[in-house]
Amino acid sequence: MKTIKIVNKAGSFAENKDIARDMRISKITPLLEKGNEITLDFEGVESVTQSFIHALLSEVIREFGSEVLDKIYFKNCNDTVKGIINIVVDYMQI
Amino acid sequence: MKIHIPNSAWLGNIDKFLSSFDESESDKLTITANKQWISIHPVALSMVAALGLSCKPENIACEQIEAKSKHYLKRMNLFDLLKVDSGIKIIEHEPAGRFIPLTQITDSNNLSDFITDMIPLLHLKPEQAEPIRYVMSELMRNVFEHAESKIGAIVCAQYFSKTNRISIGIVDRGVGIKETISQSYAVKSHSEAIRLALTPGITGTTKRIGGTDYNAGAGLFFIKSIAKVNRDFFVMYSGNSLYKLLKTQGNKKVRLYGDPLKDKHSGGDDFPYWQGTVVGVDLSLDSRKEFTMLLELISTTYSKSVKERRKEYYKKARFI
Repeated sequence: MKTIKIVNKAGSFAENKDIARDMRISKITPLLEKGNEITLDFEGVESVTQSFIHALLSEVIREFGSEVLDKIYFKNCNDTVKGIINIVVDYMQI
Repeated sequence: MKIHIPNSAWLGNIDKFLSSFDESESDKLTITANKQWISIHPVALSMVAALGLSCKPENIACEQIEAKSKHYLKRMNLFDLLKVDSGIKIIEHEPAGRFIPLTQITDSNNLSDFITDMIPLLHLKPEQAEPIRYVMSELMRNVFEHAESKIGAIVCAQYFSKTNRISIGIVDRGVGIKETISQSYAVKSHSEAIRLALTPGITGTTKRIGGTDYNAGAGLFFIKSIAKVNRDFFVMYSGNSLYKLLKTQGNKKVRLYGDPLKDKHSGGDDFPYWQGTVVGVDLSLDSRKEFTMLLELISTTYSKSVKERRKEYYKKARFI
């Protein structure tokens, strides 16, 4: 299990989707391709935008299928962060 | 170009201010103002600043402002931003707790810094700050992503402690919504483009409902929905079209719609041509609806709307 700390790159208000896309391309996708399980740790992140989470996750779900959600764990998410992750995860499976 | 700063221009009565704007001779700007009193929404101020920044300072003619409230324009940084000598002298107070002066944001990193610095300026509780920074971030990222605005995004905001409300204006002088949406959809008018831009799952970057890896076509729908749930105004103006979400009356249940034309709204297609996009929004900060609950409501409507649109495009095999 590999852990990616979101706050390190994105700060306490994770809104920069360029950073989200970079994290996805450089860290998340390569780890999943190698068959790893990953933890996205949101400790220290107070809030996120839908655009940020979309840039972080949507292509991963599109590329690997919704089964990939069995390999991703979301840790230390407050209610707002959980709410926005749920929105993106939901609409990516419509 | 000519723009007159009127006695009053808030989102409820902004139509008159927009109609009075003269877009001819785009390399020159004349600014005039009501001589008695000026009371305007930050979006009106952002528009004046955006027009000024589109001209050389020597091509801006600003009449001597006589209104008693003229110092407001100075405090909001209008004249300094446009490099115009207004002759107005004021004693500056610490701006914390009241407003975000006119600021020009030119790139993504600039924006991240601005958002970090902006919230302490307003001296609000974290739960109050949440929708503000959300709205600011999503709207300004739209500018950098779609607008190709040479002056970037012009933003300012004013907090009203009596009503516990913040008014925000974000303006650009880019390609406008019609050109952006036209990259993927055939649109005939600016109003049709605004309608699509506010529809969940639609983005100018792809025809695919639900967007790309980078863009879900959700940002503007979310912001309009935040305003609607809070029973506030939301205004979008681009080309010669205005869309204004009207306030939902206090006794009526709020319902969100994927189609912005189903919301109670006003506007029209006969406004002076605005090169770029103008967005104005009011946010009541004492709304009982918490941000997370609001997101759930928005999410349900977004998913339902995207599903419906996907059905429209879904093709079945034809057996003959």
